[in-house]
Parts: sequence; C-alpha cells; structure tokens
Amino acid sequence: MSVGLEHYLILSAVLFSIGLYGALAKRNAVVILMCIEIMLNAVNIALVAFSRYVVPVLLTGQIFAIFVMVVAAAEAAVGIAIIIAIYRSRESVDVEKFDLMKW
Amino acid sequence: MTYHIPWIVFLLPLFSFIIISFILRPFLNYRPKLGGYVTIGAIGAACALSFWLLVEVLSAPGHKLEIPDIQWLLIGDLSIHIGLMVDALTAVMLIVVTIVSLTVQIYSQGYMHGDPGYHRYYAFMSLFTACMLGLVMADNLVFLYLFWEGVGLCSYLLIGFWFHRPAAADAAKKAFIVTRLGDFGFLAAILFLFYKTGTFDIGELHGLAIAGTLTGTTLTWVAIGIFAGAVGKSAQFPLHVWLPDAMEGPTPVSALIHAATMVAAGVFLVARFFPLFENSEMALTSVAVIGGFTAIFAATMGLVMTDIKRVLAYSTISQLGYMMLGLGAGGIAIGIFHLFNHAFFKALLFLGAGSVNHSTGTFDMREMGGLRKAMPWTYATFLIASLSIAGIWPLSGFWSKDEILVSSFANNPILFYLAMITVFMTAFYMFRAVFLTFGGEYRGGASSEHGSHGAHQLHESPKVMVIPLVVLAALSIFSGWLNVTGRFDEFLGHGEVHSFTQGFFGILTHPLPWISLILAGSGILLAYAMYSAKWLSAEAIGKAFSPFYALFSRKYWFDELYERVIVGRVLVDGLFAGCGFFDSRGVDGAVNGVADGTAAAGRALRQAQSGQLQVYAMAIAVGIVAIMVCFYLFG
Repeated sequence: MSVGLEHYLILSAVLFSIGLYGALAKRNAVVILMCIEIMLNAVNIALVAFSRYVVPVLLTGQIFAIFVMVVAAAEAAVGIAIIIAIYRSRESVDVEKFDLMKW
Repeated sequence: MTYHIPWIVFLLPLFSFIIISFILRPFLNYRPKLGGYVTIGAIGAACALSFWLLVEVLSAPGHKLEIPDIQWLLIGDLSIHIGLMVDALTAVMLIVVTIVSLTVQIYSQGYMHGDPGYHRYYAFMSLFTACMLGLVMADNLVFLYLFWEGVGLCSYLLIGFWFHRPAAADAAKKAFIVTRLGDFGFLAAILFLFYKTGTFDIGELHGLAIAGTLTGTTLTWVAIGIFAGAVGKSAQFPLHVWLPDAMEGPTPVSALIHAATMVAAGVFLVARFFPLFENSEMALTSVAVIGGFTAIFAATMGLVMTDIKRVLAYSTISQLGYMMLGLGAGGIAIGIFHLFNHAFFKALLFLGAGSVNHSTGTFDMREMGGLRKAMPWTYATFLIASLSIAGIWPLSGFWSKDEILVSSFANNPILFYLAMITVFMTAFYMFRAVFLTFGGEYRGGASSEHGSHGAHQLHESPKVMVIPLVVLAALSIFSGWLNVTGRFDEFLGHGEVHSFTQGFFGILTHPLPWISLILAGSGILLAYAMYSAKWLSAEAIGKAFSPFYALFSRKYWFDELYERVIVGRVLVDGLFAGCGFFDSRGVDGAVNGVADGTAAAGRALRQAQSGQLQVYAMAIAVGIVAIMVCFYLFG
C-alpha cells in the first residue's frame, strides 16, 4: 500500500478534529493554546500535501505553510503573554472563570 | 359688467373687516368712531348694490344672473370653483341681510358707544355680514359650507363679545357646540351627495333632482342631513337650546344674528335645496312637522319668561318654526316670505329691547314698566312690531302668517291647529311684553348692560338709535304688502299676480284670516286683562296652572336633560370614559406592550451571552458543520 494524498488529508483532518475538540472542551488556557497549534499544524499538513500531490511544480502551498508557522509562532507568543497577564490578575488559567464579557 | 356686482357686494364688508382689524384697531384705536363709519359705509354701499342686483334679477330671464366661475382648487380630476349665483332667492336674502345689517350697524353706534371693544365689535359685525352675504350667494356646497361655518364662528365671537362674563363665554360655547351637531348632518349630506353625484354645484344638483336622477332613499337621506344643519342653525327642536342663551351677547348682535339673518340661514338652506326636498315626501313632511311642533313648543316657553330678550328669543324660535312649516307645507315662496317679514319686525323688536335696556339698564320686565311716556318712539315702534308679529291686518306679519296657515290647512290639519294655537300664544306673549315694559308705572331698573350709565334717568335713546327703529317700523308695516298682489310668489316661484285692492281687502272675505285675527285679538285681550287692566291676577293663573308654569319656565327641563343625561351620563360617563379606557388601556397598552415585549425578549436572549469564549467558538464550529452538511446534502 502506497501512501497517497488522501492519507495525508485524513491525518490532517484527524489532527484538526483533535485540536478543535481540545480548543472547545479543555478548561486550561495553556492547553487550549496548544490545541490551536495542533489545528494550525493540521492545516500545514494539508497545505504541503496538496502542494506535493496536486501542483508539484509550484511551491505555493509550502511557502504558505511557512507563513502559517510564522503566524503560529507570533500567535503563541501573544497568547502566552495574555495568559500570563490574566494569571497575574486572577491567579488562574481556568477559562470558565474568565467571564468578564458576560452581560 | 353686472357679474362684478355680486363680488363687490360680498367683498365690501370683508374689506371693512380687514381695514378695521389690521389698520384701525392697531393704529387708530384712539378714534373708535372710524370703525363704525367704515362698516356703515361698506354695508350701505352693499345695500345699494343689492337693490341694483334685485332690479337686474327682476329683469333677467328666469330671474337668474349668469356669473362666471373662478377656479379655486384642482384635486386630481375634481375641480372646485368659487362662484356666486344670484337668483330670486338670493336677491331677496341680499336685501334682507343688507337692510337689517345696515340699520343694526347705525343703531350700534349709539348702543355700543364708549365700549372698549368698539373696533372689535365692528370688525366682527363686518365679518359676519360678509359671511352671510357669501352664504346666500354661494353657488357650490363647499363654498356654502365655508360661509355656513363662518357665520357660526361670528355668532360665537359676538355672543361671547363680553367674554369676561362667564355667562356670555358659556353661552358662546353652547351655541357653537349645539349648532355643530346639526352641521355634522349637513357635512355628512354634502359628502354623501358628492359621493353619489360627483358634483358640488348647487345648480347641477337641482338639475339632477328635477330630472329624477337623484331619487329614493339617497335623496331622502341627503335632504334629512341638510335639514339637520338647518335645525341646528335655526334653533329648531331638539337643538333649540342654544338660542335663548345666545341673548348674552350685545342686543344689536341678537337683532342681526339671532333674529333676522343667521338663524334664518337654516330656512334659507332648506329653500336653497328645495328641489331636493320636493322630490322626497318624507323629508318635506319632517320639515313641516319639526317646524310646526317647534312653533308651538317655543311659544309656550315664551309665555312665562321674565327677561324681555328671552321672550323675543323664544318668539324667534317659534317664528322660525313657522317658516319651516311654511316651507314644508307650502313651498319656497311662503317660507321665505315669512323670513323676509320676520327679519324686519324681529330685528325691530330686539333693537327696541336694546333701546329699553339703554334707558333702564335691565332686561328684566319685572323691573320695567311705564316707559310709554319716557320713550315714545321706542314704544310706538315696538308696538308696531308687536302688532305685526301677532299677525294683525294689514301689517306685514299678517300676510305671511296667513299664507302659512292656509297652506298648512290644505296640507296637514294637525299642524294647522297647532299653528292656530301658536297665533294666540304669539299675540299673548308679545303683548304681555308690551304691557309689562311700557304700561303701568316704572318699577326700578338696574345697572346697565355695558355700564356706561350711572344714575338712571329714564330717557329716549339718541337719534342714531331711534332712526333705525323708525325705518324698521316702516318696513314692518309695508314689507308684507309686496305679496298682496302675489308678486313675491311669482318672483320666487309660481303664482298669479292680481290687483292690489283685490288682494288687500279681498283677503278679509275668507273665513281663515278672520279666525286667526280673532285668535290674535283674544291673545292681546288676555294680555291686557292680566297685565294692564289687572282684571285677572297673573299670579293666581300661574298658581292654577302651576304644573304647566313649572314646565314652561324650566324650559321643559331640556337644559337639564342635555347637561345631566346626555352630556353627563352618555358623553362623560359613557363615551368619554370608554374612549379614555381605550386610550389608556388600548393605545397606551399597545405602545407599552411593544416596549415591554422588547425588553422581555432582551432579558431572555442575553442569557446566551455567557462570556464563555468556548461556547461562542462551539457555536461557530457547529454552524460551520451545519453549513457543510447542507452543502453535502443539497448542494
């Protein structure tokens, strides 16, 4: 059995679903951030796989994946900074306790 | 050229109103006499031109002048013209209105002398005369209705002329509101007529009624609606209650508006739309019945009033009832002929009452008496008018009243008997007033209506007041002679002209005039017996008939009925309370309900705003999945 495009896409979808579940269901803000990273990386896998199998001559998908990594790094930095700031003020990283936007 | 004259007749008093209110009153208030001169000049000119118009109409084919219309409003395809029509009816009314108005304006110079509202008085009088002239000349319903309301407005303003007196202010409101009830019927009739025929033009409506296009229930309802307007304006039963109270206004106002012209506008209106009434048996009968009933109904109340102006007011209502009876039973010419004669002798009676008040300072006949010597001119003219209204041959009242009696005898015997009894009552209450006012010894007097006199010396009124009395007295004698030859009937409709002597003395060969003369004579005799010779004691008779006395002097409790039952129970407790309930619960409830509902929905929906970002994200995710599923299934 050779590994084809659909295998990569299935892997990407599984990873995305795991990430989505974690982002929606976990209460720890750090874990949610990690889950978002998983979702971004699932997207990267899909991009690279499409680049390799659909248009191998062009590098567009791979360049895009690198962009996503850069954005993800920046997002992680900002996200962790926010979590630290919240932790300092509220002494917790439990998202269910962050309900300042409630009516 | 002649078609300019009606416009000038109408515009002269209107300009007089404008000049007085916008120039004289603001800038020349220190010269009050000017207002009177301007009004008298304008109305005098209008009067002269009215006579010219009468001559023109007499010689015109079909007794009708052609006057081109002016376009006023264009609404879609509907074009409303302002136009005047001058036919025989209008010409007669023009003469009545301008002559009475002119004499009243001249008289007012003396009567209103020194009143602080002198300019205001003449401004309103000019406006009234303009509206009244417009009313009688209008050739379409919109224009007619405009002036119909205009005279009502002037009546309101002039009844409440001494508005600082609560009684006058209340009477003004009462007059306005009660006539408005009738006007509602008139307005409804106008709108209904327009809905059915698509025209406001009176001439065209006459044509439709005569041609038979306008018939049946439609015509009856329209005629009844128009008659409702006439009932309100002419103070016929059951809307008669405003006229006695309207006596709170200055006496010349009562003479002009509430005796001679405006209250006769109702009679004029019925005459103006007579072709419509003619084709509806029911409408014509109701005019006759209401008129005949009002005539006797008002006369009974006139029997017991102690205020001379109120006696005259009930007498006016009663005589207007006669006119309606004449219209309903006999036709235009008969009703209008009585209107024509009545205008002069009733204006004279009111001006005479004003002259008496000028001297004694009261309208209460119990405080007068013996004025015969002090005021010979007033006495003589008042006596002539009283004889005329009582229907004594050969004064004017006799001729028109006789025609009404003859036509009702032929038409409706019950109404004829009522009218005959009214003849007796009329003679009685008029001569009761004459004997109480002018006979016997002077009984005191009181402070003047307008406070210009301090101590009371009985005196004859100044010349400026006496001359109008004399002019009107002459008219009260001679105006009836116009129809002795049947000329008036011929002018207004149909009738044959016969020689003057044949008419003048020939009428005494019939039995009917003798019966009415005997009744009138016995009325005068009874009044003489009770109030002058004192053969009979008025108090004893009052006691003997005390239930009737109470009934008459309390005006059949109509004021109480209207105020307590209709206004108090039906309107305030019923309709107004119901409307108030609907407003506070229904309208306010709807507005507040929308607001409360929105707030409640907001309170319910904000539960979704938990502040939990994961819940929001979940909603987004579920939404996206739902969209994808939809694409998969239906796309």
